[in-house]
Amino acid sequence: MPSLKDLKNRIASVKSTQKITKAMQLVAAAKLKRAQDAATAARPYAERMAAVLANLAASAGGGGPKLLAGTGKSEVHLVVVMTAERGLAGGFNAYVVKLARQKIAALLAEGKIVKVLTIGKKGREQLSRDHAQLFSGHVNLSEIKGNNFAESAIGIGQMLTKGYEAGEFDVATLIYSQFKNVISQVPTAQQLIPAKAPEGAPTIDLGGAIYTYEPNEEALLEALLPRYINTQILSALLESSAGEQASRMTAMDNATRNAKDLIKALNLKYNRARQAQITKELIEIISGAEAL
Amino acid sequence: MADKLHFSLVSPARELFSGEVDHVIAPGTDGEFGVLAHHAPFMTTLKNGVVRVLEGDTVKMRIFVRGGFADVTSAGLTILAEEARNLNDIKADEVDAEIEATRLKLLALDKDDTKQFTLQEHIAYLEGLRAALAN
Repeated sequence: MPSLKDLKNRIASVKSTQKITKAMQLVAAAKLKRAQDAATAARPYAERMAAVLANLAASAGGGGPKLLAGTGKSEVHLVVVMTAERGLAGGFNAYVVKLARQKIAALLAEGKIVKVLTIGKKGREQLSRDHAQLFSGHVNLSEIKGNNFAESAIGIGQMLTKGYEAGEFDVATLIYSQFKNVISQVPTAQQLIPAKAPEGAPTIDLGGAIYTYEPNEEALLEALLPRYINTQILSALLESSAGEQASRMTAMDNATRNAKDLIKALNLKYNRARQAQITKELIEIISGAEAL
Repeated sequence: MADKLHFSLVSPARELFSGEVDHVIAPGTDGEFGVLAHHAPFMTTLKNGVVRVLEGDTVKMRIFVRGGFADVTSAGLTILAEEARNLNDIKADEVDAEIEATRLKLLALDKDDTKQFTLQEHIAYLEGLRAALAN
């Protein structure tokens, strides 16, 4: 039976934990709002870009630059795992890593060579336990302030296109957390290279007219594809960051509620113990008086 | 008045403009071109320069874009710009300060840093922007 003093300390400690989780929840809620706005603002560009690419790719047929047509083989796979820099966000990072593990295992089982590029510290930490020998690089996101991901998206995109041109891999797949809404983030695997025109992208009815391309299709595709890849990375970064905040908010809300329940239970226990002690003291006094 | 052209200009950060206009003049890599309503389908890359939106014969808006694409379809004109700024919203001394800051950043980098190219591109964009502002 813990003493009254122990219980009191315990309650105080849970209370301060609750204050921290509550504060984290509020911070995450504020950041979520901003991240969501940024993700929404970036959507029109990504959508138009996809439509334009779908248009061009359709007219290019199966050919086109290497970035679109592929290298013709699929020996070396690059798996890009995008997670958060920080934890305490419920299962957010774990879900992405779980999907990445499945993907890596499936590729290895097919006898492919797998390379892993991690974006965000948490994914690297978790994957380093069993796939450290596959790591080919890491991108640190911790220095990014706000939702200013444009520069890193371009950096990552250039790194990927360069690596691809140099023949370091044949296929690149991005694994990230898609932001559906505040309570649901879906870990998603998306093929980055060779670029795929999104399915179900709205095709534009030209009414039988023929497109004019300037300078020409080839040059346009070459200029468009790297940008398309950058755009995909940027939207993934934005969605991932919105998802991280949403997930943290939910997790911290739960933690705050758990702390509240715990405090209630502990208070009850404390009051009972106090009552028992008073009763005990009274009995001692009464029986002392009776003995006289 | 003749038919209107649906014009939208988007950058990765946001949608800068979307609406009906009379005439848009954009800087294509192979030369400036103007788009009116019912233009034939056409796609081109853009260079750094000013996109002018005209209402009748008067220039209503000037937007400085960095590279990107213009796509003309029966649905209208879409410009996808890497970066875009409305010339009415910015001041020359702000741009000067930004050029200076980017230069300093460039100096601080290592010789073989991959960011170097990106920053140089950014300076070129800002200088073009500055020149466009002076006009």
